[in-house]
Amino acid sequence: MSAPNNPYDPVAVSTLEPEAIDAMVAAALTAIQGAADLDSLKAVRLAHAGDRSPLSLANREIGALPPAAKAEAGKRVGSARHAVREALESRLVELEAERDARVLVEESVDVTLPTGRAVHGARHPLTTLMERMAEVFIAMGYEVAEGPEAEAEWFNFDALNVPPDHPARTMQDTFFVGSDRSGVVLRTQTSPIQLRAMLERELPIYVVAPGRVFRTDELDATHTPVFHQIEGLAVDEGITMAHLKGTLEHLAASMFGEGVRIRLRPSYFPFTEPSAELDLECFVCRGASVGNPEAPCRTCSSEGWIEWGGCGMVNPRVLRAAGIDTDRYSGFAFGMGVERTLMFRHGVTDMRDMVEGDARFSRAFGVEV
Amino acid sequence: MRVPMEWLREMVDLPAEADGRAVAERLIAAGLEVESVETSGGDVSGPLVVGRVEAIEELTEFKKPIRWCQVDVGAQHGGVRGIVCGARNFAVGDHVVVALPGAVLPGDFRITARETYGHVSDGMICSQRELGLGEDHDGIMVLGSGSVGDDAGAMLGLGEEILDIAVTPDRGYALSVRGIAREVATAFGLPFDDPGQRLADLPAPAVDVAPWPCGVDDPGMCELFTLRRIIGFDPKAPTPAWMSRRLVACGMRPVSLAVDVTNYVMLELGQPLHAFDGAKLRGPVRAGRAGEPAPSLETLDHVVRVLDADDVVIRDDSGVIGLAGTMGGLHTEIDDDSTDLVLEAARFVPEPVARTARRHRLSSEASRRFERGVDRVLAPYASARAAQLLLEHGGGTYAGMTAWEAPYSPTVIAMDADLPERTAGMPIDRTVTVGHLEQVGCDVSGEARLEVTPPPWRPDLTDPADLVEEVVRLVGYDRIPARLPQAPAGYGLTREQRLRRRAGLALAAAGVVDVLTYPFMGEDDLDALLLPSDDARRRAPRLANPLSEEQPLLRTSLLPGLLAAARRNVSRGMEDVALGEIGRVFLLDDGQDAGGVSDPPRPGVEGRPSAPELAAIEALLPAQPHHLAVVLVGAREPRGWWGAGREATWADAIDIASGVASLLGVDLVVRAATDGPFHPGRTAALVTGDRVIGFAGELHPRVIAAYSLPLRACALELDLDALMAAAHDVAPAPDVRTQPVAKEDIALVVADTVPAADVAEAVRAGAGELCEDVRLFDVYAGPQVPEGHRSLAFALRFRASDRTLSAEEIAAAREGGVAEAARRHGAVLRGG
Repeated sequence: MSAPNNPYDPVAVSTLEPEAIDAMVAAALTAIQGAADLDSLKAVRLAHAGDRSPLSLANREIGALPPAAKAEAGKRVGSARHAVREALESRLVELEAERDARVLVEESVDVTLPTGRAVHGARHPLTTLMERMAEVFIAMGYEVAEGPEAEAEWFNFDALNVPPDHPARTMQDTFFVGSDRSGVVLRTQTSPIQLRAMLERELPIYVVAPGRVFRTDELDATHTPVFHQIEGLAVDEGITMAHLKGTLEHLAASMFGEGVRIRLRPSYFPFTEPSAELDLECFVCRGASVGNPEAPCRTCSSEGWIEWGGCGMVNPRVLRAAGIDTDRYSGFAFGMGVERTLMFRHGVTDMRDMVEGDARFSRAFGVEV
Repeated sequence: MRVPMEWLREMVDLPAEADGRAVAERLIAAGLEVESVETSGGDVSGPLVVGRVEAIEELTEFKKPIRWCQVDVGAQHGGVRGIVCGARNFAVGDHVVVALPGAVLPGDFRITARETYGHVSDGMICSQRELGLGEDHDGIMVLGSGSVGDDAGAMLGLGEEILDIAVTPDRGYALSVRGIAREVATAFGLPFDDPGQRLADLPAPAVDVAPWPCGVDDPGMCELFTLRRIIGFDPKAPTPAWMSRRLVACGMRPVSLAVDVTNYVMLELGQPLHAFDGAKLRGPVRAGRAGEPAPSLETLDHVVRVLDADDVVIRDDSGVIGLAGTMGGLHTEIDDDSTDLVLEAARFVPEPVARTARRHRLSSEASRRFERGVDRVLAPYASARAAQLLLEHGGGTYAGMTAWEAPYSPTVIAMDADLPERTAGMPIDRTVTVGHLEQVGCDVSGEARLEVTPPPWRPDLTDPADLVEEVVRLVGYDRIPARLPQAPAGYGLTREQRLRRRAGLALAAAGVVDVLTYPFMGEDDLDALLLPSDDARRRAPRLANPLSEEQPLLRTSLLPGLLAAARRNVSRGMEDVALGEIGRVFLLDDGQDAGGVSDPPRPGVEGRPSAPELAAIEALLPAQPHHLAVVLVGAREPRGWWGAGREATWADAIDIASGVASLLGVDLVVRAATDGPFHPGRTAALVTGDRVIGFAGELHPRVIAAYSLPLRACALELDLDALMAAAHDVAPAPDVRTQPVAKEDIALVVADTVPAADVAEAVRAGAGELCEDVRLFDVYAGPQVPEGHRSLAFALRFRASDRTLSAEEIAAAREGGVAEAARRHGAVLRGG
């Protein structure tokens, strides 16, 4: 290259000629654009913007120029170096982006591979369904009442107006605990909880009582000796059958959709008087399958109505057994089978599925019904 | 109760268009549960005629005896036809039902002339079952009457609609055509002429024969007792066809005229009747208590029964001759030669009959009616009707009636006239109320306060509420409006109820599938669980009438049910499964006996029992805490493309228990323990406070073998009520420190008999308040540590709430932990 300049003897330097500078820039830009990857760009940066690159060397020559030429040459070299740096930076951004994109592509996996290392559990749908039904009542201000499963006959029968030797006792085939005169049975219904609620709570009483009940039926597709009921009880001043009907309509709408009708049919239960059977309008066909063999309904067997439970006005004898003033208070009560509700609401066709503990059954329901 | 429509039409003048379905609908709305409307004979079609057997040739060359019969079916049907028949209960001259070729019997059974047993059988002689009339297949139907060639279908009532009604226990009156007819008449607004209040015309009693004397020894068991006598009765007289037809339609089997008439009148009016053979009676016939010493009696079903002193019986001078209201005795039964008939009609008191029937496990047509309460005054009317039918169809001479009756004073119920409307929540006029009560059969007087006398066939009507039901059901439940009551603000779920739900969700989140098993178990389970003889879980309540003799006990542990469910899952191919259950167990306390007491407190029900009475009732019951249990079999994490799975271990069982407890806000402390069902070296006691509330770990190999489970199955069971009791009422907020954390690891060498949890606890105690976590991260035993020792490596985290800890503070805290472990357990800092 050139010898050191004598500052007092300025000379013209050919490398600072505009043509020469332009050529250096052009060479640098071509090299930058030609760099295919970050390593090549690094080499290009060294060659065209490093300390020993032509532009850097040219820059050093400026000092040797006569003062009049310095400014112009400095400007020219400066803008040339700037252009090269800009080009380097933008190429760097490009190449880094390319690299990043390539890495992410290389790291991609098959996300459809099975991920199930943690096996999911579930709650029993009967439990969830009971909770779901209870919540309808909790929202109306009711509380959840409970009682023992091995229950005193006094609560299960006597105080519910089923005296000893009354034929109603044989309506429900009872498991006796200890002996048939021990006074203890496996409760045949959730109704003894009514009595307990009336004895334990302040009036007015609004409770819902889900629970397990027992009858000596052999297990088959439609019977099980151990099953569940949910019971409701309201005792207040001025309670009427209209209140019973309104409450059951609300339950039906909550569980089966707005506008599903219910029907009360006169019936007999010792602990209610008047008593009624509760039928639910088929929530699937809404009665359209009745007398229409073209469109049969499996849910209601094309009957249009589904038997759901029993209900009525609490028999004043029962209120009296709990010490409640029947001149002032009246009440309604209702109860329905939870297994039955699960069967027709969810299309369970065999009761045994609910009792055998097959994990596939519960798991299918998760934690909500 | 099965009721043929034609019988109803005889009592109620129904419009022709009111068919079975229309009647059923009205009855259902009125509260009678019509289960079905059947057509008798189902889908029989084609020619079905009365034939007379003219000749029988016995064919003996076949495996079973076969008859080749010539049957006259009438000239219009081709005269005498040859028919092959396998039954043998008929003779030449008998009238039978013949299905001619072209007829179709139930089950799409098409009758054709076909060759069989070497003859062309030109039709078929039918049995009851083949005609869809009943289950009787013992032989073919032999008709008591009929003319050759007549349409047998019409004669048998084929195609007649029959209502099948499930009668609730309060409506005994509905166990009769009469009772149903009254409801039908009311439902259609038609007049009803009650056949139960019409005394049948009988001839004047014979003067030369005395009626049979009767009596009642115990008015507490029988309120009305009557005997009517007929002598010279023809025991061979056939039952008229119309009567047989109705009996069959109602599901009864015709037997003989005398028996058929008693059954017929029972169905018609609701009064059970019994016919004695006068020739076999000795002296007056009386109703009363069996008394001591307990006699025995052979009943009509050929069972010799030892009676209970409290059984209701009929006796004569020879002793007990019948179980009153339930079943007659064999030795005074009428038979093929009985000509002296003594007809008993009585009103027995419901409860004693119910007890008698239950003691002898004998539910008969009679006992079903007496238990529900038979019309208090009906007996003489019903026996007159029966006597009339017997005399008409069996001849003989009427020899009069004897009767004993307790005074009858019907209850009068006082009821506010507006009670029905106040109960229903809709306007019901007094006139409507009175009208409906009268339709039911009540006498009503009074204005604002009604005096109501129920009819003698409605012993169920005792309270104002009973009358309200009658009124409102006849008004129509469908007319009641719907309103919501306003409950006061409630408090939502109780804490226990909430926590129990949370526990269930926590189990599900831990991968456990909830099941609901039966709470029954057997002695075998107690042994299979290796429970010691003094284990509280052996004090299980026992069922007096278990479904299975193998499982007579109420569960004291959730494990037997869960282990069986786990085995069922494995056998169905789910080898990796975690099953859980939350449910009650039943534990007798020391003062309670598995057999229970024999004289339980039975307070009256006229008012609230006293506190001591209620306490005495509660004392009968076993403790019934909620338990939570889990069984783990197979892999806890499944094998997959990621590699091998991970088998469930004792640690998973403990982890699930701790996890559930932790989510409920309880720190469960784990201690080494042994418990019956568990592996003695791999079991943890789960402790809160000072109380062991459960166990978790690997199951004992013998338990696993006894329940046929895969090796290394694990389980946990804890007292959920106790766990919930340990939870905070109000959870306190934690001290979340935001200063920098300091981490220090230490390795302590201790004897391998010292539980790791105890060492950790010592370190935590010694490290003081700055130590926020002590986590065991490595356990080493081998050449680097002395024999019988192991090295436990802990990661410690220190943090203050207000400053960055200095190196000196951290070192002091760490050394405090090491020192406490050394002091308590002789731990030595490894490499220290």
